[in-house]
Amino acid sequence: MAQSLQITAASLDPALLDLPWDVPLEEWPAKVLAALPRGISRHIVRFVKLSGRVIAVKEIGETVAYREYELLRQLGRIGVPSVVPVGVITGRVDREGEPLEACLVTEHLQFSLPYRALFSQSLQADTATRLIDALAVLLVRLHLVGFYWGDVSLSNTLFRRDAETFAAYLVDAETGDLHQHLSPGQRSYDLEIARVNIIGELMDLQAGEFLEESADAIAIGEMLVERYCDLWTALTDVEMFDAHDRWRVAARIDRLNDLGFDVGELDITTDVDGTSLRIQPKVVDAGHHSRRLMRLTGLDVQENQARRLLNDLDTYAADQDRQGEDEEFVAHDWLTTVFEPAVRAVPREFRGKLEPAQVFHELLDHRWYLSEQQRRDVPMTEAVASYVSTILPGRPDERAVLGVDTEALPVLLD
Amino acid sequence: MATVTFDKATRIYPGTERPAVDALDLHIEDGEFLVLVGPSGCGKSTSLRMLAGLEDVNAGRILIGDRDVTDVQPKDRDIAMVFQNYALYPHMTVADNMGFALKIAGMPKAEIRTRVEDAAKILDLTEYLDRKPKALSGGQRQRVAMGRAIVRNPQVFLMDEPLSNLDAKLRVQTRSQIASLTRRLGVTTVYVTHDQTEALTMGDRIAVLKDGLLQQVGTPRDMYDTPANVFVAGFIGSPAMNLGTFPVLDGMAQVGSAKIAVPRVVIDGFKPEDKNSVTLGFRPESLDVVAVETPDSLQVEVNIVEELGSDAFVYGSLLDQTGKPSQNISSGAGDAQIIVRVDPRQVPKMGSTIHVRMRPNEEHLFRAGTGERITTV
Repeated sequence: MAQSLQITAASLDPALLDLPWDVPLEEWPAKVLAALPRGISRHIVRFVKLSGRVIAVKEIGETVAYREYELLRQLGRIGVPSVVPVGVITGRVDREGEPLEACLVTEHLQFSLPYRALFSQSLQADTATRLIDALAVLLVRLHLVGFYWGDVSLSNTLFRRDAETFAAYLVDAETGDLHQHLSPGQRSYDLEIARVNIIGELMDLQAGEFLEESADAIAIGEMLVERYCDLWTALTDVEMFDAHDRWRVAARIDRLNDLGFDVGELDITTDVDGTSLRIQPKVVDAGHHSRRLMRLTGLDVQENQARRLLNDLDTYAADQDRQGEDEEFVAHDWLTTVFEPAVRAVPREFRGKLEPAQVFHELLDHRWYLSEQQRRDVPMTEAVASYVSTILPGRPDERAVLGVDTEALPVLLD
Repeated sequence: MATVTFDKATRIYPGTERPAVDALDLHIEDGEFLVLVGPSGCGKSTSLRMLAGLEDVNAGRILIGDRDVTDVQPKDRDIAMVFQNYALYPHMTVADNMGFALKIAGMPKAEIRTRVEDAAKILDLTEYLDRKPKALSGGQRQRVAMGRAIVRNPQVFLMDEPLSNLDAKLRVQTRSQIASLTRRLGVTTVYVTHDQTEALTMGDRIAVLKDGLLQQVGTPRDMYDTPANVFVAGFIGSPAMNLGTFPVLDGMAQVGSAKIAVPRVVIDGFKPEDKNSVTLGFRPESLDVVAVETPDSLQVEVNIVEELGSDAFVYGSLLDQTGKPSQNISSGAGDAQIIVRVDPRQVPKMGSTIHVRMRPNEEHLFRAGTGERITTV
């Protein structure tokens, strides 16, 4: 029976209709492609140009496509860092009328980096550690909202620079499930999958000579388990103390804020005679600093970038002797006189290299180095000029890193 | 290798009243390939995840061999979730792709090599062991992914809809590979699918679930020939069985325009909830097209003919004495529809009326009140 092409999307970009859906994804012409995909994928995936942006198109079974689309939408709604689904295309047929696989379309995450790209850029030796940290945070956040991933790995994650660290985004939700709560069994199995996958991926990088033979892949994989458990404990553990030590409630909240989490709900109970208190965070939300920065300046940036920017804002308030003033006013002035001029000083041709907040983070670092070197307080304008002429030109464009030089390997192709 | 036992295993999700899996009793023999099948929400995946340790067991126990694993962590259960992750690493050799999990576990190199070579022999991958996955075909890459599970020598293989994200061609190919491979290995396998064809073709035995309750467990033949209730009767078989509930008068059920004799034992066993009716099931292939005047024949108006080359099926309406379509019958084609297998060389025209007769002793009788099978012999 003849079927017609069907597009399920929250908001439809008409340009989507112009893509060659009657051609198997593998044979899409180069002119619609943004780059060839790289890395390990069990399905055929292509990066496609669409109305000035880039989308990722994955050929996949129809039910699985709808399921993943819905899961990604739910994850987006509850604020978990994940790729944004665009839509599902079904009812595809080729020119001979033979049915073609359904497609799941997602937005390409700007300025995100696949882990392979990070290793092929010969970054600092602690790259692996920083990626693991980011992945541990992501996994904890997913588990807190009841998401069982089922296939945690570096290749199912994208990384964005976040000041001196990385922020991780979930890319592939195909094996995932959203539950009300996860059982300890589910969490520990997800963690075990993550450990084995990460070690496998690092061993593969070693086999391909992208990672030094001396790096201990197993230890790095185990580090994820350790980081995850530490963070999980800090966020969820029950704490008991004497009722007189009430300051410990505030201290716990501060500690969670330091880790980048807000406490939405704290369970406080006293024992029968009221001599001891028992506290346990019930609802914690990541993004403590980025939310605060957003409220003050409207800037939407990563957590550690926000931390860095807020520090600079505090320094600014102190320098201007305005610490007693309404924070919003000071923040507004900082935004228009410090942040924006600095970021705008980046020539247009360099704007695809880093996100503005990351540029600002590097500027602060650069100014610090210059000041150290010259043993004086180098003003921002000077630091900007020096950064733009000496550092930035050497940086790669990271707005759309879609592939690195390793083979694509869809497992299921003949 | 080991047996698997669900002993009144129950899973109740927080905030729900009805158990997702309700006191499941199921014993799986050592080396057996058991398929859990049922419509979505029936509890099949939950049952598998309980066995894997990914769902809490709220009541009852789960045993692997003689060992009670109800409270054992998933990674300590000695099971393998096959195909959970079948991405291959491009820079590693096929041997390393198969054995890397053993390396992580700290197994000596020589032992890893032996296990990988043994698995490769079974998987016909020996000559590719030192190559990169790029050099393999799609089917071979799938076998490498299976090899990863095999080298671990797990007690039980678990597979949750492993074919759902493959295209149709590879699905059929992989289906037969899995079935033959697990039998060659003799590893106890629990396999979840919603597809009854997959269940019938792969399982040594099939367990059908609905609403968290085990409906029936048996060989594919058992399920097909003696379904335990109306649900199993309608679920197993493609196209599905024709089922209808008919009033019984003077020992005869009025089916469309025909009167069908109902065995004495059925009438004697009537309970108030049966309301003097019986549910009658007959498969499309249990109907023969007969001459117009044949006694006890049913009249079927032909709506659609589906020709499949070796087979042909009529999808039609069962007509009553007055020549109107009868409503109290259903089939895989929907309510008020009946399916008849016909000779592909003599297919009736659309819109025509054919006469069909049930083959003796091929009907299935169920209690109208409860849907349970009535045994007549």
